[in-house]
Amino acid sequence: MTAVDLPHPHLNLAGLASIPGADEPQNRKDYTSDQEVRWCPGCGDYAVLAAVQGFLPDLGLRRENIVFVSGIGCSSRFPYYLDTYGLHSIHGRAPAIATGLATAREDLSVWVVTGDGDALSIGGNHLIHALRRNVNMTILLFNNRIYGLTKGQYSPTSESGKVTKSTPLGSVDAPLNPVSLALGAEASFVARTIDSDRKHLTDVLSAAARHRGTSLVEIYQNCPIFNDGAFDAIKDPQSRDESVIRLAAGRPIRFGEGGGLGLVRDTATGTLEVADVADVGEEAVLVHDPNFADPSVAFALSRLTDLGHSGRTPIGIFRQVERPTYDDLAREQVTLARDAGAGDLQALIDGRDVWEVS
Amino acid sequence: MTTDRVKQLDRVVIRFAGDSGDGMQLTGDRFTQETASFGNDLSTLPNFPAEIRAPQGTLPGVSSFQIHFADHDILTPGDRPDVLVAMNPAALKANLADVRPGGTLIIDTHDFTTRNLTKVGYTTSPLDDGSLEGYQVHMLDLTTLAVETATPFGLSRKDASRSKNMFALGLISWMFSRPIESTLSYLNNKFAHLPDIRDANVAAFTAGLNYGETTEAFAISYVVKPAPMPPGRYRNISGNTALSYGIVAAGHQSGLPVFLGAYPITPASDILHELSGHKAFGVTTFQAEDEIAGIGAALGAAFAGQLGVTTTSGPGIALKSETIGLAVMLELPLVIVDVQRGGPSTGLPTKTEQSDLLQAMYGRNGEAPVPIVAPQSPSDCFGAALEAARIAITYRTPVMLLSDGYLANGSEPWRLPDVASLPTIEPFFAAADDVPFQPYARDAKTLARPWAPPGIAGLEHRIGGLEKADGSGDISYDPANHDRMVRLRQAKVDGIASSIPDVEVDDPSGRAEVLVLGWGSTWGPIGAAARRARAAGIEVAQAHLRHLNPFPANLGEVLRSYGTVIIPEMNLGQLSTLIRARYLVDARSITSVRGLPFGPEELSAELIQIVQEVPV
Repeated sequence: MTAVDLPHPHLNLAGLASIPGADEPQNRKDYTSDQEVRWCPGCGDYAVLAAVQGFLPDLGLRRENIVFVSGIGCSSRFPYYLDTYGLHSIHGRAPAIATGLATAREDLSVWVVTGDGDALSIGGNHLIHALRRNVNMTILLFNNRIYGLTKGQYSPTSESGKVTKSTPLGSVDAPLNPVSLALGAEASFVARTIDSDRKHLTDVLSAAARHRGTSLVEIYQNCPIFNDGAFDAIKDPQSRDESVIRLAAGRPIRFGEGGGLGLVRDTATGTLEVADVADVGEEAVLVHDPNFADPSVAFALSRLTDLGHSGRTPIGIFRQVERPTYDDLAREQVTLARDAGAGDLQALIDGRDVWEVS
Repeated sequence: MTTDRVKQLDRVVIRFAGDSGDGMQLTGDRFTQETASFGNDLSTLPNFPAEIRAPQGTLPGVSSFQIHFADHDILTPGDRPDVLVAMNPAALKANLADVRPGGTLIIDTHDFTTRNLTKVGYTTSPLDDGSLEGYQVHMLDLTTLAVETATPFGLSRKDASRSKNMFALGLISWMFSRPIESTLSYLNNKFAHLPDIRDANVAAFTAGLNYGETTEAFAISYVVKPAPMPPGRYRNISGNTALSYGIVAAGHQSGLPVFLGAYPITPASDILHELSGHKAFGVTTFQAEDEIAGIGAALGAAFAGQLGVTTTSGPGIALKSETIGLAVMLELPLVIVDVQRGGPSTGLPTKTEQSDLLQAMYGRNGEAPVPIVAPQSPSDCFGAALEAARIAITYRTPVMLLSDGYLANGSEPWRLPDVASLPTIEPFFAAADDVPFQPYARDAKTLARPWAPPGIAGLEHRIGGLEKADGSGDISYDPANHDRMVRLRQAKVDGIASSIPDVEVDDPSGRAEVLVLGWGSTWGPIGAAARRARAAGIEVAQAHLRHLNPFPANLGEVLRSYGTVIIPEMNLGQLSTLIRARYLVDARSITSVRGLPFGPEELSAELIQIVQEVPV
């Protein structure tokens, strides 16, 4: 078997370059559909919907060129509430459907809305393959660490020992870390944000939308009915400074009161450790570089995720690198073949071994 | 022109059999091409194991290729070979019982060692224990002859021995007076970059020809004159190739880019391979991570405004079922190709069967009607694919195209259609002035809903698997609305009957009391069996269904005008079940699930028996 270099003379890595821009300024109302929103009162999904409706006008794309695709779950009702094109599909399959959509049409901004059950359990296969292919789509993974729509079973991100309707003695499953998984699947853009932090959410989503390739954004989202308080450690004003590690490109990774804590590399193990900056000196603190080609440090960052009571959680963009996308390359092969001469159907039908009967 | 040395025949069945690594499929393909270009009518049946290289010299490792060719129009690859080419003891043992009494055996004696004989259960050598009496036997050490011819070109003994299939092809080509130019040019092209292998194969092929010409043992050669066929231009084509071209043509005739989402599966993978080479026609092929993603991506492309296609076999349909249901609900065009194979489960991957009809018809949750089209011969796969696309695009619905392993790999001459004569398919996309946009408004005639791919301002809409309100397409849990929508989706599919031709009955005498009804690939065997029955003075009428859902509008009337209806199927009576339920006709089944098409001889005997039982 042989492998060839893939020619791609037309390739444009600018994120939104192939999508037509809006002629006139837009506002939130333009993106609000006429459907009544039917999430539970207090659901974190409201905040994400408001953030998306708020920042889409700033993206400046034609509304008719935006498509939201979802799977099944509470969050997957999302497309009904946005006045764009939308497709509410079946459980776990949204990334596969979006792959066809994005490959078919370079002029579309394609979004996938999914949850921890939809994306990581029934749809795990499609998620990892979308990420490795790097198809142009932005995946919003609403992680509430529970199954909401089926009324409260544990999910692939629920902590071990979780007592739920289906695990009365505590879950014996081990949870997945979505950011680690995405990095392992060769994702080119991986970020995490929180439903309650509107500005951070908007900034991250905006960067994700502008990235060419698959962007995965894990959004910590509270389910007030079946898993209330799952993210209290990073939301509580008393504890959040100690637990939330904000990642910013080019900046030393410092957190805690007055930025007194920092991340340093343990050269013996390759892991990242939390240290007092006063002890180790500022120059020892890791400077965040999401554009670094090798994902090892991003992965090490993802391993700091721990939502226990003393938990710490990095948020922000873990990884953002450029590499060719599946859909661009697939379209390129079709374009180059057509440039070399459009297909002649009669010649195809006839083939090379024709005989005549008169 | 029968002379002492040249005998004229009206038809011949030849079977090439050897180890799965012996190149029997290639040998058969080349002989078929020679025969096609000579102008005989022909039909072929490749039969190979699922293992890529089954253990050498064993019965499960035998691969064979049968060709039936004639000076008149024929319908099947034939029952019993007149000539068997057996490359080793396993090939002889596996195929001898099928050979017509008095038939010709050409046997490569090279591998008839004690060890190889024991491997396949021979205690004595069939070459000298009298078990081949009653056949005309030609024994030759074909492998050594090929090695001696090929080694001078610098090949190792092992590589040289691989040209034995070309030696055999040369010999059989001489025996049946085949034109050899196409094989020579094939070898020259295929091995253009490997001159020693090219020259060795050409030499082995030529040596085989000369061996027949000069050896006393082969005193007679045969001629089968070209068949009178309708005027036109012809080529030989397999079902999978014809089906692939049909999909390319559907894109061309509808003006839609084709998007194929597929996961490799036998015997459908060749469609993915073929279509991946037609990017110049605007065909995109996506090899998905699984069957579900294959159809999911195709459905995504359909939402985007392209001709979405997915190709698979029975096990893949099982995995795709939920997405087919979604496509029913979304009412988007989608062509789903099922190249059926022996089941259930993994079953017989390389063998043929028609046992997915009920899966295609009913294999989904809820009331989820899907139109079904089935080609009747390898070349008919072209037109059937176009027809499936026409229904899908016109009616905004997933359509199931049911081919099978026999059609997929079998081949026959195809009278080439003129592109100008192909039907055009109009997608009728929703227009920007269609406001306020009602995604589930329906066309009065077809009941189809508007197809509005993203990109048009004012037509922004959301669709999904939840029940839709009639017209607006909003989510609706209203009982009366659900009842209406279920019936509307059914009525839309039922209404397709008005766009398909009536089923035609072939009843030459007009006096038959018995109708033989078939669908799909049994068309050839049923037709051949009916001819045999008629030749024996038994009157039978034949009708064949290309549309299985909905049935042609006149089918009930046709069925009721015959006292007895017989339905032969390669399953346990699936069409029969549908016909009985729908028309209350007491149809009789003839069923076979051996992984092979019906043999016309056997089938005609069964037909005659049933006809004779019918009270007059």
